[in-house]
Amino acid sequence: MTTGMLLSESDKTPDPGAPLRTRLSGFLARLGDPLFYGLTLCCAASIIVITGCLVYQLYAHSAEARHTLGWGFLTSQEWNPVSGEFGALPFVFGTVVTSILAILIATPLGVGTAIFLAEMAPRRLSNIMAFLVDLLAAVPSVIYGLLGIFLLVPLLNSTVVPPMQRVLGFLPIFSGSFYGVSLFSASLVLVIMVVPFIVSISREVLLAVPVEQREASYALGSTHWETVWKVVLPHARRGIYASVFLGLARALGETMAVTMVIGNTPQIAKSLFAPGYTIAAVIANEFTEATGSLYLSALIELGLVLFGITIVINGLARLLILATTRGLQHG
Amino acid sequence: MGNLLWRRMTNAVMFSMTLMCALGVVGVLFFIFGYLFWNGGRYVNWDFFTRLPAPVGESGGGMANAIIGSAKLLLLATLVGAPIGFLGGIYLAEFGGKTFPFFVRYVTDLLNGVPSIVIGIFAYAVVVLRVRHFSAWAGGFALGIMMIPIALRSTEEFLRQVPTSLREGALALGATRWQMILTVVVPAAMRGILSGMMLDIARVAGETAPLLFTSFGNRFWSEGFDKPTASLPVMIFTYAIGPYDDWHRQAWAAGFVLLAMVFMFNITSRLLISWRRTR
Amino acid sequence: MATMATDLTQETSVLPEQDEKRDTRPEVIALADNIRIQDDVPRFDIRSQCLPTIIRAEKFSVYYGKKVGVKDITMDICSRSVTAIIGPSGCGKSTFLRSINRMNDLIPIARAEGALYVNGVNAYDRRVDLVNLRQRVGMVFQKANPFPKSIYDNVAYGPRLQGVRGRALDDLVESCLRDAALWDEVKYSLGKSALALSGGQQQRLCIARALATKPQVLLMDEPCSALDPIATAKIEELIAGLKHAYTIVIVTHNMQQAARVSDRTAFFCLGELIEYGDTRAIFTKPSRKQTEDYVTGRFG
Repeated sequence: MTTGMLLSESDKTPDPGAPLRTRLSGFLARLGDPLFYGLTLCCAASIIVITGCLVYQLYAHSAEARHTLGWGFLTSQEWNPVSGEFGALPFVFGTVVTSILAILIATPLGVGTAIFLAEMAPRRLSNIMAFLVDLLAAVPSVIYGLLGIFLLVPLLNSTVVPPMQRVLGFLPIFSGSFYGVSLFSASLVLVIMVVPFIVSISREVLLAVPVEQREASYALGSTHWETVWKVVLPHARRGIYASVFLGLARALGETMAVTMVIGNTPQIAKSLFAPGYTIAAVIANEFTEATGSLYLSALIELGLVLFGITIVINGLARLLILATTRGLQHG
Repeated sequence: MGNLLWRRMTNAVMFSMTLMCALGVVGVLFFIFGYLFWNGGRYVNWDFFTRLPAPVGESGGGMANAIIGSAKLLLLATLVGAPIGFLGGIYLAEFGGKTFPFFVRYVTDLLNGVPSIVIGIFAYAVVVLRVRHFSAWAGGFALGIMMIPIALRSTEEFLRQVPTSLREGALALGATRWQMILTVVVPAAMRGILSGMMLDIARVAGETAPLLFTSFGNRFWSEGFDKPTASLPVMIFTYAIGPYDDWHRQAWAAGFVLLAMVFMFNITSRLLISWRRTR
Repeated sequence: MATMATDLTQETSVLPEQDEKRDTRPEVIALADNIRIQDDVPRFDIRSQCLPTIIRAEKFSVYYGKKVGVKDITMDICSRSVTAIIGPSGCGKSTFLRSINRMNDLIPIARAEGALYVNGVNAYDRRVDLVNLRQRVGMVFQKANPFPKSIYDNVAYGPRLQGVRGRALDDLVESCLRDAALWDEVKYSLGKSALALSGGQQQRLCIARALATKPQVLLMDEPCSALDPIATAKIEELIAGLKHAYTIVIVTHNMQQAARVSDRTAFFCLGELIEYGDTRAIFTKPSRKQTEDYVTGRFG
């Protein structure tokens, strides 16, 4: 009511105070803000609704398996849909082993690369290489799978694994015959997929370490490496942990590339050179073929398990990131 | 003195090792790109873009239906993901309170980390189970859900980079909040937002897992959005694990085309941002 | 009280005399309510009587959480003149300026008390429409903040919001650019990005942009602090020319500038209004010790 009427006496005064005609008069102008606010709020809130729905759907559709199979689902080793045996342990085992192995290899490699890019390389080169690493992260996983099948597996089979087995074959984890597709091959593909994540986040974190910290260290007579090792890395450690956790979460949930090189055999083998299976892979392979509601329900329960694992890992990573950037948040 | 020598050596050795790491990573990268472009590029031909897949067992044919199918899926995904992400990002950047936005941000990041195969199950339960058949709708829905987190966070980030002085300037001229946001803040951040969206599309363009049991696949043309629909990533998967050499060649060709598409989106997005910076 | 109200009506005709025929328009009744509230407070001391008045602060305070921004400001600002606000940094002069068009509302923890009348209406009344207020009270910021749009679009921004289009808009843009003494420099490049202009030109563009909403009051928050002396001289010249049509309130910490451009000067210190009066009087024979110390450079 007051709009347009407020100060309306100036209507009579010429020039500066003269009112301009208002097309957006009254109603629309007044309602625009709350409407727009409501619209954006709905969109933001829809994220929470969608995530809630996702959890609910996984939970509801896995009800049959949860009731029928109980906790035995997670501890049983037998997966034989035909005879109605559903044990998730081999998949959990395969998922965890490949991801952990991948992260163990990828972390030193990724952090090393990040240190080189942040500390040694000239800024221009560093930026170009960081861009290339980002491209590496953008390669679709099915293409890594393609390379895995036709490039990595033959290579491992012919030139890498035989000499390794000759030297280290007495260890149980490197024993047994090698057919190319294996937990080990899957881990290697995952390494290539996870390294870009670690490099790109770690590099950012390292570059964000204040110059004063480095200068203080140099001023005390440290070498470049001592500065990096004792000052820069500790300063950036939370960000690096976070990058590793994010990489781990990606490795755990990775589907296509792993499916194509792991051998898809539900077993718990002692050797890394034996074929295995992961949660994501079994869902990808058997979902459309699942006959019978218990079978489908068991696969969805596997999805729920995978969701649970990745949410915990991701949640930890995000908390670490939030803890490091909290000071920078505004608004 | 010996101590100093030791320290210098450590310095040299450790940095050489980081150099090796970097060379290793970049070497792998170039090897992969080179191998794929050489191997894939060889098998790309005119038929690939214009013909339907040949009947099983016969050689020849192309993936025209998968290319169109992928385009359809991406269109649907963008229609679902981009507006929600864009408006949600505006909420986080412009109307931020304290607790609720924090919660939204956290859940968004979690959703971003949910394995794509799980998103696939979600889309299957919500869309496919309802209508009882696979369709482009279901696939587009799955990819759209996957797009929201990045669309939202990148929009928020680029809006935050718009200086407060511009917002004050607009408000001081008598703009309402929504006018200020849509006529000053969003245009100022437009390039950034667009580049974020392109990266987002590039990311879901290569997604395979959520399509396996939503849009499924099709060896023929699929009319409209209500039929099972072929897509490049699923075709690559099917052909790569198939038994025929001709299929493998086509998988390489499809991989080449998909990667070229993804890189194109990535590089365009980079260019958009760098223009913004130099202006 | 009565005489003062009469005087105010000369310019604004919004403070009706008690014995005049009562105006029954709702907004005037609303205003009358305000005046009644005004009657309840003990009679305040307007440190400097000024006629006609367009802005009046009455025991006006702004708090940021528990921190005081400005406290108990009571002053009148005269129409069609230049009022300078000086004081050491952190004294609340910008806070006060930004309260006049309620830009402080953007800071979530900011809270205002007391009353601040613009053209007779309390700007902090719940019923006041912020958009309208800000159109009437334009603002120029410390650092030039042209939108990343063309020169034309920058000036046209405000009028377009109000629905001005076409020929009328072109004319308005031209006249505002002329008023801001920028027209001759940009008339052939209206479509060019405003960010390509020099700092001084950008600031004059921002002035033109503010003029385009046809405000009555123009607030300037240290408009020259980021400019070189030549650009500063141009802006000062511009201010001198604009004061015949607009009420200008300028915050500056350059005392020479205040002395050069303003008719009246207010001296703020630690959130309080220490002294307010004729610029010449403030700079030649200030009545308060603090003011004297500040204008002669002994503190701050």
